[in-house]
Amino acid sequence: MSTTALPQLTAKDFASDQEVRWCPRCGDYSILAQMRKVLPNVGIPKEKIVFVSGIGCSSRFPYYMSTYGFHTIHGRAPAVATGLKIANPELQVWVITGDGDALSIGGNHFMHAIRRNVDLKIILFNNQIYGLTKGQYSPTSPQGKKTKSTPFGSVDAPLTPLSVALGAGVTFAAKSVDVDINHLQMVLERAAAHKGTALVEIYQDCNVFNTGVFEFAQKKDEKNKNCIYLEHGKPLKFGEKLDKGIRRNSQNCPEVVDINSVPEDDLLFHDEKSPDPGYAAMLASMRYPHSPEPMGIYRCVEKPTYDEAVNFQMNSRIEAQGTGDLEELFNSGDTWTVK
Amino acid sequence: MPAKRSYENASLDLTFYEFERKTFSMATDVVDAPLADGKPLETLESVVIRFCGDSGDGMQLAGTQFTNTSAVFGNDISTLPDFPAEIRAPAGTLGGVSGYQICFSNREVFTPGDELDTLVAMNPAALKTNVADLKRGGTLIVNEDEFDKANLQKAFYKDNPLEDPNIMAPYRLHKVPMTRLTRDSVAGLGLTMKEADRCKNFFALGLVYWLYERDMSSTEDWVREKFGKKPEICESNLRALRAGYNYGFSTESFTVHYKVNPAKLAPGKYRKITGNEATAMGFVTAAKLSGKKLFYSGYPITPASDILHELSILKNYGVRTFQAEDEIAAITSVIGAAYAGDMAITASSGPGIALKGEGLGLAVMTELPLVCINVQRGGPSTGLPTKTEQADLLMSMFGRNGECPMPIVAPSGPADCFAMAIESMRIAIEFMTPVFFLSDGYIANGAEPWSVPNVSDLKPIPVSHPTQPNTENGYMPYLRNEKRVRPWAVPGTPGLEHRIGGIEKADVTGNLDYSPNNHSHMVNMRANKIAGIADYIPEQPVEGMQEGDLLVLSWGGTYGSVKTACDHAVKQGLSVGHAHIRYLNPFPKNLGDIIKRFKKVLVPELNLGQLKMLIRATYLVDAQGLNKVKGKPFLVSEVSEAIHKMF
Ligand code: SF4
Repeated sequence: MSTTALPQLTAKDFASDQEVRWCPRCGDYSILAQMRKVLPNVGIPKEKIVFVSGIGCSSRFPYYMSTYGFHTIHGRAPAVATGLKIANPELQVWVITGDGDALSIGGNHFMHAIRRNVDLKIILFNNQIYGLTKGQYSPTSPQGKKTKSTPFGSVDAPLTPLSVALGAGVTFAAKSVDVDINHLQMVLERAAAHKGTALVEIYQDCNVFNTGVFEFAQKKDEKNKNCIYLEHGKPLKFGEKLDKGIRRNSQNCPEVVDINSVPEDDLLFHDEKSPDPGYAAMLASMRYPHSPEPMGIYRCVEKPTYDEAVNFQMNSRIEAQGTGDLEELFNSGDTWTVK
Repeated sequence: MPAKRSYENASLDLTFYEFERKTFSMATDVVDAPLADGKPLETLESVVIRFCGDSGDGMQLAGTQFTNTSAVFGNDISTLPDFPAEIRAPAGTLGGVSGYQICFSNREVFTPGDELDTLVAMNPAALKTNVADLKRGGTLIVNEDEFDKANLQKAFYKDNPLEDPNIMAPYRLHKVPMTRLTRDSVAGLGLTMKEADRCKNFFALGLVYWLYERDMSSTEDWVREKFGKKPEICESNLRALRAGYNYGFSTESFTVHYKVNPAKLAPGKYRKITGNEATAMGFVTAAKLSGKKLFYSGYPITPASDILHELSILKNYGVRTFQAEDEIAAITSVIGAAYAGDMAITASSGPGIALKGEGLGLAVMTELPLVCINVQRGGPSTGLPTKTEQADLLMSMFGRNGECPMPIVAPSGPADCFAMAIESMRIAIEFMTPVFFLSDGYIANGAEPWSVPNVSDLKPIPVSHPTQPNTENGYMPYLRNEKRVRPWAVPGTPGLEHRIGGIEKADVTGNLDYSPNNHSHMVNMRANKIAGIADYIPEQPVEGMQEGDLLVLSWGGTYGSVKTACDHAVKQGLSVGHAHIRYLNPFPKNLGDIIKRFKKVLVPELNLGQLKMLIRATYLVDAQGLNKVKGKPFLVSEVSEAIHKMF
């Protein structure tokens, strides 16, 4: 008996020979580094991994990976990836997208890939700005944001990506931050392991056009104050000394309490497997600075995937009817013979 | 030579799916002995009939059944369904009239006919919108029960036209109380009035079956199969059908009936086929011939949706269909599937194709094989969703940003969709390019006999995916062969990991490269690759005169009427040649030489002169146009008139 073990690859093996050309100190560098570190451990041979991207700074990502890659057009990566995944379900398909790409021009494909539960890992680099086109506000920019296209402040209400995704029934939803290396690696590993659409929103610093907006979650001495690090089965706690917790108030809304003043059982216990998407949607609505913001896996539930179902249906037709025979096809319907 | 119907390549150069015309002998008319009903039976060569009524009256069904019966009987057929864009426009209105025209013949026919021999009009609105097409002396069958005050008003008739000798004089009018007789025929089956009235189309069909001496058994079988689970509905339709037939047989209204003998088609097996059916079947066949699975993605749109429907039931042929969230997802998911190595196609119509433009550009840029079917309809914008037009040729040529060439093929009729589907896929694979397949509403819904091909005669479409790096320095995704075609390595292949994208890239390596000379090189490379396809498509055939006074250039669904008009002209002694172009980009290599052999060029097309513009620009010739944009195909007489004007 012989087993062919996969050769143990390292992060370096996932780097292409192309020079990485993001701006200095762009958050994308860290995300790329974490991805390269994670992939050797996901148990998928390199040739079966494909990165599909749209348009935007982050969408150059595939060129920097030594896997298969497809840099497509603005907003369409989830649709290209859907076709790819249906055609070859054995591939592990990652979609690299941004806030403008996924939520503005590509909103439709984003929503439909999610509601179908296509087995894609969608990594949404949210920098709350259009970087590649040099600094216009994006669908996730906060109201009042002053940019080149909103010199007097944006009057648009922003979208919350995870809320949109949960509304469409996403089976895996997570949030992390570019420079929180260990946390981001953990989240990416979990996304890789998920079967179905995995959406990972990563707060990403645009060093040129929108720097510093995610410091609340990036700075070592601040992030514990502002973020709740989710752990399945554990109570929602945060604070420098993990001295604060979340419970539901009488209106069923989350409220911050002092841990020492309430029994632990009163706190909300994180349940990423909750069949009710309402719980994860509640977490998604908790946004800094109005509330501490949850980081980690919001939701991870199992559901049949679309690509699997399409292929299952085709294969069961083949099983039931036999492999289609052209002769039979041509002669179906009314035929007649001229002698 | 454009094949109207046969897919024969056994004796020919198989690479190009050449077609051979069938020879037909003209039968002379004979008058047969009267049948059992004592009424004389006249034999005719060719007949054109049209069923028309409210869109809820089941006229498409009646027409389709008559077509099937005539096809199985062995007539040559050509059909023209014509229906409103509204599913159910208000009953009785002019806008809600739906019609189905069929020409059936004992000789080869190429069009559904200019003029009607028989018109069946189920209400005043149908009479009003259709009677002008009935020839003088033609048979007019009307459902007189529907000619009440309300319906006359809806059709803007002041008085009942059936009572007006001035209107009715040219025709052989048969006023038949179809509503009442249908109700009587189904009495006792416990049907509601509404259900009973729904059987009227079968009454009309039965009557026309008698008039043209048709066997009703295939329709009866169809009814039994279709309504088997609803015995009363099944029985009522059968009774109405019989009642219609018997009405012709026994009443004095009809004194004579007619017979059209089978056509002498070349020996072999035939079936009736519509353009959309042939298209779907052609792509399933192309996938089989390449040993691949077929991936189809589309968004519902008239008149292309039937292709999605047809393919959705053929899953056991290795077909995966994806009803996408929009037209853009349809084309881009197809790109994803092509990247994965599937035979990948999408279909739409004008507005949807406009939306696919950017995606097609990505397929051109990444050099991935796929076919984009455009079942053209009247435009611009929503335009005429259910009517035919050929106004998307220039969009197919130029409707993308940048220098973005795509090969274009156009089938010449319903049956030819099968052959051209295979051809388009062959070109896509052989040249690693997206290809346009330009059908139209007339071809898509029209039907004709199709010579059922032998599977063993079909030539495989070779596909190769590299498994080894193509250079010492690894796999180069844009290292080209002698036809300038790049290799098609698919994800999952160890050692060939590479990146592609819509951004400009260096040749050979595929690495990003915006440098001026590289862009110039790549733009020219992509253009030359497509232009070079001319060496791998059949030469352009010419029917009629091979040189002389007038060359008529046509494309797409106008083949039948243009061919018929050119044949007439040649018979009248005019020096006319006809070249029907099925390969529109690149043009066949010899087209320029053909044009030089004629003094004048006429380009009839259902647009304002799009092929004409390309011909003028390419060959610097003073081509003249015959242009029609009425949502309807050419009449033979319209083309004939234009030909005569050129002399
Ligand atoms: S513009 Fe912003 S997001 Fe884009 S590469 Fe530069 S820093 Fe990164």
